[in-house]
Amino acid sequence: MPTIGQSVPRREGRAKVTGQARYVDDVALPGLMYGATVRSSVARGILRDVRYDPSIPWSEITVVTARDIPGRNRVALIADDQPWLADDRINHPEEPVVLLAHHDRHLLEEARRKVILDIEPLPPVFTIEDSLARREIVWGDDNIFKSYLVARGDVDAALASGDLVIVEGVYETGAQEQLYIEPNGMLAVASAAEGVSVRGSMQCPYYVHRALMALFDLPAERVRVVQMETGGGFGGKEEYPSIIAGHAALLAWKAGRPVKLMYDRAEDMAATTKRHPSRTRHRTAVTREGVLVAMDVDFVIDGGAYCTLSPVVLSRGTIHAPGPYYCPSVRLRGRAVATNAPPHGAFRGFGAPQSLFALERHMDRVAGAVGLAPDELRRRNFIKTGQPSAVGQVIRDPVDMDALLDRACELSDYHAKRARFAADTGVAGVRQGIGFACFMHGAGFTGSGEDHLASVVAVEARPDGRIAVLTSNTEIGQGTNTIFAQIAADALGLTPEAILVAQPDTAFVPDSGPTVASRTCMVVGRLVEAAAAGLRRMLVKAELLAEHASGDDVRRACIQYISQFGALRSTAQYQPPPGLRWDDRLYQGDAYGTYAWAVYVAEVSVDTATYEVRVDDFVAVQEVGKVINPVLATGQIEGGVAQAIGWALYERVVWREGRMLNAQMTNYIMPTSVDLPPIRVFFEERPYPYGPGGAKGIGELPMDGAAPAIANAVAHALGVDPRVVPLTPEVVMELLECRSSPHGAGGSGS
Amino acid sequence: MFHLRCRVNGEPVEVETHPMARLLDVLRQELRLTGTKEGCGEGECGACSVLIDGRLVNSCLVPALQAEGTGITTIEGVADRDRLHAVQQAFILHGGAQCGICTPGMVLAAVTLLEENPRPSVDEIRTALAGNLCRCTGYMRIVEAVLHACGPEQDRG
Repeated sequence: MPTIGQSVPRREGRAKVTGQARYVDDVALPGLMYGATVRSSVARGILRDVRYDPSIPWSEITVVTARDIPGRNRVALIADDQPWLADDRINHPEEPVVLLAHHDRHLLEEARRKVILDIEPLPPVFTIEDSLARREIVWGDDNIFKSYLVARGDVDAALASGDLVIVEGVYETGAQEQLYIEPNGMLAVASAAEGVSVRGSMQCPYYVHRALMALFDLPAERVRVVQMETGGGFGGKEEYPSIIAGHAALLAWKAGRPVKLMYDRAEDMAATTKRHPSRTRHRTAVTREGVLVAMDVDFVIDGGAYCTLSPVVLSRGTIHAPGPYYCPSVRLRGRAVATNAPPHGAFRGFGAPQSLFALERHMDRVAGAVGLAPDELRRRNFIKTGQPSAVGQVIRDPVDMDALLDRACELSDYHAKRARFAADTGVAGVRQGIGFACFMHGAGFTGSGEDHLASVVAVEARPDGRIAVLTSNTEIGQGTNTIFAQIAADALGLTPEAILVAQPDTAFVPDSGPTVASRTCMVVGRLVEAAAAGLRRMLVKAELLAEHASGDDVRRACIQYISQFGALRSTAQYQPPPGLRWDDRLYQGDAYGTYAWAVYVAEVSVDTATYEVRVDDFVAVQEVGKVINPVLATGQIEGGVAQAIGWALYERVVWREGRMLNAQMTNYIMPTSVDLPPIRVFFEERPYPYGPGGAKGIGELPMDGAAPAIANAVAHALGVDPRVVPLTPEVVMELLECRSSPHGAGGSGS
Repeated sequence: MFHLRCRVNGEPVEVETHPMARLLDVLRQELRLTGTKEGCGEGECGACSVLIDGRLVNSCLVPALQAEGTGITTIEGVADRDRLHAVQQAFILHGGAQCGICTPGMVLAAVTLLEENPRPSVDEIRTALAGNLCRCTGYMRIVEAVLHACGPEQDRG
C-alpha cells in the first residue's frame, strides 16, 4: 500500500518527545571551550584600534581578529562583500570584530566587555528613502545591491488614459525575526593537521562547507559539516550559520581545542538576519468594469549592510508582486538597497510576503475604486491556464483560483459575515471585520537556480537490506526525514521503517542543495523518488527481483545484490521538467517549475478602546499538488499562518541607530497559544507531474497570505485604510484618528 | 559552593554547585539531562520547563538553592521506561512536535494540566500552554494532541 498520502508519524518524534534528540548545545566534549563575539556597536565607521583592558588575563584567552584568517576574509555567498571579521571598515552595529574563547564562560563574558574598539564614526544610512536618495553612499557606487526592471505592454499609455480608473498606493512592511526557539550555535574542531570539522544548527550544510573552504583555503575533503537536530530555521539558519561556523572554527584552529559558539537569545535576535523591510508603490489602471489594464509596481527592500541573499530575495518578491492575476501591461521594478543595519536575509516566503501584502491590500482598494466587491474584482482578473505572467511564464498547469475562492468564502461564511459585520456595530467597543487574500508561491529556486544547483541525491542499500537515503537536506521541523522515507518507500515497494534517512554530513551525503525555497519536497523529493526507482530497476535488471515484488522480496534482493556485486547505490541529478526555460539576462521565462495557489480568509475583531486586533477565525485553502503527509502538511500551513499573524499584528522590530532595541522575547512579541485563532486548513490536490507522487512545494506559501487578509479585515472592521504591517495598537489608533480628521487617508490616492 | 541535595526523576542527586547557579545549568551541565532546553534565558519561552514538586517552573529562573530538598521531574522522567506517557504518544501521532525544541517543556506543561484537569476544554488547554512558546506549529496540532491524550473524544464534556 502506498504511504504517500498517509499521515506516517514523524520519524524522530519519539526522540523529540522524550528529550533524547541531540541539538548542538547538548554536546559536551573533553577540553571544550566556549566562544564569544565582540561586535562594533557603531553603525558605520573606520576601525582605528583594538585595545584589551589589562584587568583580564588575556594570555589565558584565545583571541582571534581578521589577521588570524588563513584564507579570504569574505563570507562566500553571492557578492562576497561581507568580511568574516571587520578589518578596517565598520558597516553595521553588530559587525563582528574580535572573537574570544575560554573554558570559563563567566570570565569569557567579562573579557568580551573589556575589549575596547576605537572606531571613528562615519555618517550612516538607516532608511530605504535615505539610501535611495544617496544621502551617503554606504555600498558600491549607488547603494543598490541589485535591481530588476521587467516590462510588457504600454504601461505609461494606460496610466495616462482618461478612460481608465487609476489607483495608487504605497505599502510598507517591517522587519521580522525568525525566532526559532533554538538559538543559533556551532561546535568546531579544527587544526592544520586535521582540517576543519563543524557541527551545529543549520539549514544548508553545503553553504557552510563552501564558506569554510574559502575561509581556511582548504580543499573540500578537509572540511566537514554535520547538521545536528535543528530547533527551527524559517530561513534564519540559511546563510547566517556559515558565519557562526567560521567563527567557531577560527577559534578552534587557533586554540587547538574544540570550541562551541552558542548565541544567546539577545545576540541571536540582534545580530542575525531578519526579514527585509519593504516599501512597494502600486499604480494600477483598471477599466470601470474592473478589468486590469496596467500595473506599475516599484518594489524596494532594505538589505542592510551587506548583499548576502538580497538579490534572490528581491527576485522572488518582484516576480510575485503582480500575484495570481493576468494583466496585459505590467512594469515591475525591484531594488534592494543598502543601509547600515545588520544584513537582512532569508525568512520563509523570501520577499513574496512583502510584495503580496502590498498587492492584496491594493486590490481591495482597486475594488473599492470601481465599486466592486473585493471577491468580484479578483474573479475578473484571475490568471488562467495558458495566460502569461508578467515575466512571460505561460501557466501550463491547471489553475482554478475561482474554485479556491469559492471554497474559502463558503468555509469562512465570508459573504454573510461581510454583510453582517458591516451592518452590525456588535458588542459595544468591538468592531468585527472579514477579509481575504489570493496568492501563489513558486516552488524551488527562482529562474535558472535549480539548473545551477544541479542537485544530486543518492540511495544505497545497507548490508542488512535496509535502504539509506542520502541528501544534504535538513530536518528542521518541517518533516524532511518522514516524507523522504515515505517517498523512497513507495518507489521501492518497502515500508517507511525499512528506510534510513542519513544525517546530513558532508563527508557522506551528496550536495542536494539547500533546505530553502519550498524545494525540499518537490525538487529534492523528486530526486529521492528517481534514485529509489533507479535502485529498484537495478535489482530487477540483475534478475534478483520480480517486476511487482515488494517488502521482504526487495530486502532479500538487496542483500543478494550486495553479496554478488558489492555496493548497491543509485543516484539522481536534477533535470528541469521538459520545456522549462528561463533567460537570466532578459529576466523572462518560466520563473518556477510550478506554483502552489491559495486563498486565505481572516476574521478579526478590533477593540476600539485598546486598539488591539484579534484574529477570531482563519481559513486557509490551498492547492499544493498531492499532499504527501496530511498531518505534517497541515502542521506546516498552521505554523506558517501563525508566523504570518505575528508579522501582521504583533512582531515589531524597534530600531535605533541600526540596532534592534527589543532583542528579547519579553518585548518582541510572538503569538502564544491564547493569541491565535483556530487555523482551519483545507487542501485541493491536483497532482503535479514533476513532483514526487505529484507533490508541490508547501513550506513558504502559508507566510504569504495572512497579513493582507488581516489588513483587509481590519479595513472592513473599521473603515480605515491600513498600508503597513505590523498593525500594532499604535498604528490602529493612528488609523482611527486619521479617519476622524478631515485630512485623513480615507479614499484612494497615495 | 553549595551542596545541593534533591531528587531528580525519582533518583536522589547530590551536586556541588554555586547556590545561585540556574537549575537549568545544573540539570543540563552537571547532570547531563539535556532534554531540558534553553530558548531565551529570561522565563519567556518555557523551553526549560521542569516540575518542582509537581509545579511547572522555568528552570532558567530557579536558583539551585531553591531546589534543595525538592523532587524535580524533567522530560527524561516523563515516560515509564520505554512506555511513553499518553501525552508523548499523542504528540507523535498528531503532529504536536515539529522541530522539537519546545517539545520537552510543552509535554511537561500538558502533563501537568492533565493531572490537575483530566478533561480540559480547548480554551483551558490553550491557557495552560500559554507560557510555552512554539514557533513551528501555530499550536493547533499541540492542542489536538492534548485532546487526544485525554482519551476518546466521546468522553469529553
